[in-house]
Amino acid sequence: MQRQSDIDAAFGRSVRRRRVTVVFAALAVLLVALASLNLVVGSVDVDLWNVVVARDAGDPNYKIIWDLRLPRLIEAALLGGALALSGFLLQTFFNNPIAGPYILGISSGAKLVVAAVMIVVVGSSGVMTNAMLVASAFVGSLMAMLFVLLVSRRIDSMAMLIVAGVMIGYICTAVTDFLITFASDANIVNLKNWSLGSFSGANWDEVAIAAVVVLASSAAVFCLSKPIGAFQLGESYARSVGVNVRAFRVGLILLSSLLAATVTAFAGPISFVGIAVPHVVKRALGTSKPIVVIPGAFLGGAIFCLFCDLIARTAFTPVEVSISAVTALFGAPVVIAILLRREKGRRR
Amino acid sequence: MTREALQPHGQRPVFLETRDLVVGYDGSPLIGHVDIELHAGEILTLIGPNGAGKSTILKSIAGHLEPIGGAVFVSGEPLEGYSAHDLSLELSVMLTDRMRTELLTCADVVEMGRYPHTGRLGILTDEDRRKVREAMELVHVWDLRDHDFMRISDGQRQRIMLARAIAQEPRIIVLDEPTNYLDIRYQIELLNVLRRLVSSRDVAVIMSMHELSLARKVSDYVMCVKGDCICAQGPVEEIIVPEVIDDLYDLEPGVFDPVTGAIVLDDLPAGGAAGEGAR
Repeated sequence: MQRQSDIDAAFGRSVRRRRVTVVFAALAVLLVALASLNLVVGSVDVDLWNVVVARDAGDPNYKIIWDLRLPRLIEAALLGGALALSGFLLQTFFNNPIAGPYILGISSGAKLVVAAVMIVVVGSSGVMTNAMLVASAFVGSLMAMLFVLLVSRRIDSMAMLIVAGVMIGYICTAVTDFLITFASDANIVNLKNWSLGSFSGANWDEVAIAAVVVLASSAAVFCLSKPIGAFQLGESYARSVGVNVRAFRVGLILLSSLLAATVTAFAGPISFVGIAVPHVVKRALGTSKPIVVIPGAFLGGAIFCLFCDLIARTAFTPVEVSISAVTALFGAPVVIAILLRREKGRRR
Repeated sequence: MTREALQPHGQRPVFLETRDLVVGYDGSPLIGHVDIELHAGEILTLIGPNGAGKSTILKSIAGHLEPIGGAVFVSGEPLEGYSAHDLSLELSVMLTDRMRTELLTCADVVEMGRYPHTGRLGILTDEDRRKVREAMELVHVWDLRDHDFMRISDGQRQRIMLARAIAQEPRIIVLDEPTNYLDIRYQIELLNVLRRLVSSRDVAVIMSMHELSLARKVSDYVMCVKGDCICAQGPVEEIIVPEVIDDLYDLEPGVFDPVTGAIVLDDLPAGGAAGEGAR
C-alpha cells in the first residue's frame, strides 16, 4: 500500500519532469532554428559557409552578417528575454495576469526620458553613450512604475490598474511626440524610428552593454525564484514563511524596471511580449513554478522576438515594419484568450 | 479568570504568551488587555461576534500587524526580536484570504510550507517531500496532490491550507476561522486533525471559530472577544456556559443553549407555531 502510493507520487513527479524537459528541448530547438533563419534570410543572399566558417573578410557580404544580422539577432534575443521576464515579474507583483511593461506605461516612461535626454545632449552637440541611454531609460521606467504604484494603492481593481497604466503610456507617448516634432536636429530624425520600436541599427557596442545588463538582471531574477513562488500564494503567506516582503517588493520593482528600460533604450517600446510569452510558457510547462517559468520565459521571449523581427524585416522588403506592430499582431490575441479564460473561470 | 487560570500544566513549555497586548489598526487601539499563555499541546479558541476583533488579535500574534501596546512572546522571546525567517520556523498561519493560484497543484501549495526549511532555490529534499506527504495524509488530502488547487472545492482548499501550515512544522499554528466553507463532516474531521496534531506533535494551536458547539469539543481554553475587550477567558467548561455566552453575544437569557446548541425563536405574532419555549 505504502509502496504503491510512493510509486504513484514519484510517477506524478516524473511525468511533470518529462514535460518540462520536452518543453525546454523544444524551446532550445526553436531558438537555434530561428537564430539561423535570422542569419540566413534577408534582402541579400549570403554564402554563409564562406562568411561564417571560412571567415573570408573579403566576401562582400561579410559585413552584412557580422556587423548587421548577427548583432541584431543577438540583441533581439536578449531583449525579448528581458521583456518576457519583466512581464512575469510585474504579473507576480500586481497579481494580475495581463500586467506588463508596455501596457502599464513603463516602456513609454522610459521612452519619454530617453527622448528628452537625447534632445538635450545631442542639442548641446554632445554624444549620447549607451550607458547614458540605459540610465535615462531606467530613470524613466522607474518614474512610470512609481506612478503606477501610487495609483495601485488607491484602487483595488485589476482592470482599473491596467487602464491607469495605459493612460500613463498615452501621456508619455504624447509628450515624446511633441518633443520629437519640435526637435529638428538631423540626429533626432532617428528618434522617430526608434520611438516606434525596432531592432534595426543594432551594433556590437549595444549588444555588449545589453548583454551585461540583461544577463545580470536575469540571473538575479532567477535567484529570486524561491520568494517569487511564495509571493504567488499572496503577500500574507509569503511573509508567514519568512519572506522579507518589503525588500522583495523593492527588488521586483527595480529588476522589472531595469529589464524594461534596457529594452526601451535599445529597441524602443515593444508591446505584448511581456504578457503573451510568460502566459504561453506557463501553459506549455503546465505549472507556474518560477524556477522553471523564469528560464522558460526568457527563452520564449527570445524566440518570440526573433520570430517577430524576422517578419518585421522580411515581410515587406525593402520597407521594415515596426517590431511592435508584429508583436502586437501575435501577442494581443493571447491577451484576449487570457481574458476569456478568466471570465469562464469566474462563471464556473 | 486571569492568566493564572490558563496555566495548569506547570511542566509543559510555554509556546505563546501575550502580556497586556493592545491590538488595533493604524495606531488606534481596538482591544486591550489581551493576556494569553499557551503551552505545548493546547488549543485556545477565540469566540465572539463578527467584527469583534478575533482576526486582529490573530494577525498581531502572527506578526502581520504591529501591536499597539504590550508584548507578544513566542517561545519565550519577544516577537519584535524575530526576523521573518526565524518566526516562520516557530509559527505558521492559515488565513481567511482567498488565494488565487495559477497552474499549481495541491502538492505544490503544501510544499510551499517547507519554504523556511529549504535552501537558496527552494528545492525540496526527499525528507521535505516525506514531511509534505505526512502533513497531507494527516489531513486526508494526499489523494488530491496532483489536482489543480483552483479546481477543488472550498472545503478541500481549506484542508490543503491546513496541510500547508502543518508541513511548515512550527510550534504554534494560528488558524483564522478554519471551519469556514466546511460542511459538518469536514468540520468534525478538521477538529479531529487538530486534536491529533496537538497530541502527536509539540504544537500549540490558537484559532478563531464561530461554531460554539465545536469550539466546546475541541478547545482547552476559550477567550471571548467582544468589540473592545476580552470579556471572559478560561478553561472551556467554564466559558461555554449560558451566562457567559449570553453576555458575549447580547442574547436574551434562555434563547440559546451553547452546550446543546438548542435555540428558541420568537413567537410568530399570528399563531403559536414556535410553541411554548421562550418566555
